[in-house]
Amino acid sequence: MAKKRLRLTVNGRLLDKEIEESIRLLDVLRDEMLLTGSKEGCGIGECGACTVILDGKAVNSCMVLALSADGGVVETVEGLGRRDKLHPIQAAFLDNHALQCGFCTPGMLMSAKALLDENPNPSEAEIKEAISGNLCRCTGYVQIVDAIKDAAGRSRGQRG
Amino acid sequence: MADKIHRIDAVEKVTGQTKFAADLHLPGQLTGRVLRCHQTHARIRSIDTSKACKVPGVVSIMLAGDLPAHTSWSTYPILSGEHVRYQGDAVALIAAESEQAAESALAKIKVEYEQLPSVLSIEEALQENAPVLHEGRTDNRVANSHWPVRQGNVAAGFAQSEVILEREYRTSHIEHAYIEPEAVLVTTDWDDSLIVFGSTQNPFNTRRAVAAAAGYPLSKVRVVQQAVGGSFGGKEESMGLLAGRAAILCLQTGRPVKMLYSREESIIESSKRHPFRLRYKVGAKRDGRIMALQAELVDEGGAYNFQAQFMNWRASVHAAGAYRIPNVKVDVYAVHTNRIFGGAMRGYSSPQIIFAQESLMDELAAELGMEPLALRQVNFLHENDTTITGQVLTAAVNAEKVTLRALELADYVRKRAEYQEQSSEASVERGIGFATSFRGCGLGAEAPDATGAIVSVQSDGSIIVRSSLTDMGQGLQTAHALLAAKELGVSPERIVCKSVDTTAVPEGGMTVASRGTFAGGKPLILAAGQIRETLFRVASRRLDCSPAELAAEDDWIFVIGKPERKLSFDEVVATAFWSGYPLSASGWFQPDPVEWDHAAGQGEAFPSYSYGCVVADVEVNKITGMATVRNLVSVHDVGQVIHLGAAAGQVYGGIAMGMGMALMEEVTFRQGLVSNPNFDKYLVPTAMDIPEVVCEFIESKDNSGAAGAKSLGEAALEAVAAAVANALAAAGFRSRVLPVLSESLLREVNGRR
Repeated sequence: MAKKRLRLTVNGRLLDKEIEESIRLLDVLRDEMLLTGSKEGCGIGECGACTVILDGKAVNSCMVLALSADGGVVETVEGLGRRDKLHPIQAAFLDNHALQCGFCTPGMLMSAKALLDENPNPSEAEIKEAISGNLCRCTGYVQIVDAIKDAAGRSRGQRG
Repeated sequence: MADKIHRIDAVEKVTGQTKFAADLHLPGQLTGRVLRCHQTHARIRSIDTSKACKVPGVVSIMLAGDLPAHTSWSTYPILSGEHVRYQGDAVALIAAESEQAAESALAKIKVEYEQLPSVLSIEEALQENAPVLHEGRTDNRVANSHWPVRQGNVAAGFAQSEVILEREYRTSHIEHAYIEPEAVLVTTDWDDSLIVFGSTQNPFNTRRAVAAAAGYPLSKVRVVQQAVGGSFGGKEESMGLLAGRAAILCLQTGRPVKMLYSREESIIESSKRHPFRLRYKVGAKRDGRIMALQAELVDEGGAYNFQAQFMNWRASVHAAGAYRIPNVKVDVYAVHTNRIFGGAMRGYSSPQIIFAQESLMDELAAELGMEPLALRQVNFLHENDTTITGQVLTAAVNAEKVTLRALELADYVRKRAEYQEQSSEASVERGIGFATSFRGCGLGAEAPDATGAIVSVQSDGSIIVRSSLTDMGQGLQTAHALLAAKELGVSPERIVCKSVDTTAVPEGGMTVASRGTFAGGKPLILAAGQIRETLFRVASRRLDCSPAELAAEDDWIFVIGKPERKLSFDEVVATAFWSGYPLSASGWFQPDPVEWDHAAGQGEAFPSYSYGCVVADVEVNKITGMATVRNLVSVHDVGQVIHLGAAAGQVYGGIAMGMGMALMEEVTFRQGLVSNPNFDKYLVPTAMDIPEVVCEFIESKDNSGAAGAKSLGEAALEAVAAAVANALAAAGFRSRVLPVLSESLLREVNGRR
């Protein structure tokens, strides 16, 4: 299989590497960069556990060939906030008990971030739509929606 | 009720640092893969691995004959050599340097099969001349799965009845759909024992499977539970098989082996909620008093089964619902088929039973011309009533209380009246309905509710808690930390809860039956209590009082009534440690023995019961057939709530899963083979399916659980599908089969035109 050069900025770090054409963005993150926060749940772009932000848009990284993202900027859950300095969305997830097993959480957080980056004041329907590609089997989504609303309020508060 | 306190695993989970089994890597690890038969029922004529062995990167290929010890664990084949009974049966294992090499070798193994007649439904399994699927059996009934209940005299009860109704209900195979597929990494320790890191709900059972496969004693298998990405009863049989296979490959190759299931493999080989055929006959007086109930409840166990034996007992106990019925005859049994096996899934038979039995209550009410609530109020169990298993309920019985509260919160009476006035010309039909349930807490007479825990206070005052039970996302570690903190009078931030390592805690049974807090909290409180006594002894010398005069709160130990005479928890711990006192204690909860009369199904089934009621407000679009739940109210008596946010999370999660069961979820088959093995075709609720939800807890006292807690995880789910079905019926669409898909609703609408 042919290898090609991939240059990718992930959470502010530059990756520059020869990779095989068939490699998915998710594999680069998990296997090459050991950023295992992004998860694989279905492999067909249905569950959203692998959601990352690529050039400002939430994408299923299991459905993106890594080379097609060449030159791109990727944000993963590891770049969202550190444990001593959580991003407002992460803090809101904690305060609203918006997680259980935690497997969908990274993807859910990234979908929420992409939404709030684009629309700081989303309606409940817009929140639900933005995370409708992220399956969660534990929480029934109620506290997740509450957390995203809460995070939106906090971010507005900070700006104001 | 702690609500401000975060889950103790939350920071790791929101920062992506939590390590699930698939996130682990060891140097030199190989990839393990399974070749499945994709047959419903066949003999294996031959297996040719010659071409596969030559694929570069293949390290080992194993067949049933190559296994070091047994080819099966319990009734489940680790590898099949002669006979396959469903599509997921494994016939070969591969260990390879890469995923691609394993994949390519899989495709090059040639297996010849001789097809045998298949059994693909409950009806086919029960036919007189059906092929018998398991050697040594005379028919397809699952061994030990029959549980009867006999109370009073049903013939006499029906003779006294003025209205008799007979109904049959059906439910479907349902997938757990935890978002994390099964994963395991196996390596060897310096003493040649095995170490298994895995996404397992029950590490001690996984250990049993690995020991069977490897021919090792239990002491030489160490299973370490990684964070589990959801389980709901499901990471059990499939995890035992996966871990057993990886262990064999690890021993064979001398290298660490990692095995991950794809979503398709997970759906094909993991257990499903048992589909049931539920036949009920009920007799009542005109005033609503139920005089007799007879039920034949048959579940499809699939190719192999070690759960129906237990699950059907629970089904028998709850078969008549939360009602007082003098004459009862119940028979529950399971059958083998050549489809995927049934297993534990959140609710453990109750969601299926409650769907049928609460639908039946509504149908009986309609037949009697009574309101659904009025019929239930005539028959609800109350304190000092006797259940169908002959148990006199002495603690608070809150079936009626939760129902009235839920109906009030749902504005049921007004909405029901309003919806009955709907114009038949409107494009939607609305309906409101409910279901009430009770649930025996913990294992009850099914198995001993025994379990253990170890609490160790460190010399700096930080604390390690180890339970024999597992957290798989439900928040057990948070609940345990809160219980231990309360017992020791310290802040929960001091506490670290470790996941189960089978070499570090005693085998304390399975984390099932919603007993993680209910039973699992007890040994923890005992162990923490022992340490508190030690600390009080040490503190009493320095405070010049007797230990009985002391209390512990907010990280201080002080004289009761004289809080100024106090020592900090840290100070007392340091003194105790440097004086050689034991600061580690192990606790064990041993339940009282229970007697069960198997032939009559009589006995004290459970020490406590949770009560719940769910009200659903639905709308059916007559143009698309689409059913939408608009509002849902869920009210539960779960004794004392330990953490409100976590408890509410259980209820919300149960609602989503129950709505899936009611309206969307069904594993479908084409000639016995699963035809929807991924989330593009097996649909589960998304955020957009979730209605306006109200959840409320009613607290009650005198419960047998740890800190007064009763079971919640399964109670939160069990009545949801039944409530949605009753709401659809109120809208004019009574379905006796779940799920109620829009196709069938549309057919119903068109049929009326």
